[in-house]
Amino acid sequence: MSVSPTRSAFWRGAREALPFILVVAPFGLLFGVVATEAGFNLAETMAMTVLVIAGASQFAAVQMMADNAPALVVLATALAVNLRMAMYSAALTPHLGRAPVWQRALIAYALLDQCYALAAREYELRPDQSGAQKVAYFFGASLAVCPWWYAMTLVGATLGEAIPPAFALDFAVPITFLAMVAPMLRTLAHVVSALVSVIAALLLAWMPHNTGLMVAGLAAMVAGAQTELWQARRSAAQ
Amino acid sequence: MSTTETWAIIILLGIGTFVLRFSFLGMIGGRTMPEWVLRHLRYTPVAVLPALVAPSVLWPGATGGETDPARLLAAIATVAIGLASRNVLWSILGGAATLYAALWLLG
Repeated sequence: MSVSPTRSAFWRGAREALPFILVVAPFGLLFGVVATEAGFNLAETMAMTVLVIAGASQFAAVQMMADNAPALVVLATALAVNLRMAMYSAALTPHLGRAPVWQRALIAYALLDQCYALAAREYELRPDQSGAQKVAYFFGASLAVCPWWYAMTLVGATLGEAIPPAFALDFAVPITFLAMVAPMLRTLAHVVSALVSVIAALLLAWMPHNTGLMVAGLAAMVAGAQTELWQARRSAAQ
Repeated sequence: MSTTETWAIIILLGIGTFVLRFSFLGMIGGRTMPEWVLRHLRYTPVAVLPALVAPSVLWPGATGGETDPARLLAAIATVAIGLASRNVLWSILGGAATLYAALWLLG
């Protein structure tokens, strides 16, 4: 007797997610440390990690809160970092949109960058699977990854206070963000967007309450989109 | 920042992030987003994250806002390794190694 196809999809998801633990676990650890250094207590750190479960926006929020940015600016910036997730949600809807609503809610909760990347590839490779198999694959992948995020945050938050200033942890967030962005610079439009982002942020650093950051982010999004359009028009003209 | 404010941010950020993730899967369904919206959303990470860190790379709080050669070098190494390896983890490790080496050498 063979294993049910749904069950084997679940285990395939869990197996294929294993390498991503190497990304998620150190990030979780670092978040625990950085949040603790920024003055979060254990309950606050763990609540954020469990409720938000989106690393980059958590780092962004913690850093801005440590800079005493107003709550609205913190929220707007951290949510801007997560806007891409609406795009993930749209991309997975043709495959998962018919699942029961409680399953879709769980999928939405666990829609990390890594889980999205795995699922998008899986559904492209195996488009003919049933909806139940596709859901099972996603659950397998997210159950392999998410617990590491919580557990390593807890470890980091516990260690956090024990780390001396000589470790220059103030620079953990800049290094992490730059490391996330550099591999994304695949096209001219991405490079232009990142450059506009840096230059505008530096020029607008005088604006009150970190609002310069939001203006810089918007300008950089428009710059990326316009570069893409310009390139498309140019290649169409040739 | 007060405790109430901290908790408000944690909870609202949790709700907001869930709404973004649930948007199409749960509420909007199979309708597609207009192309111009997608074109802007593609750039959100590269548009927001560099802006967030650029000032602390050039003017770190830890040195009282004075440009620090070790931190600047570490930032450049992180980007260079990330571009070359296309790997987030290598980039972080390389950046951290550069930072500690430079802090130690330049003291």
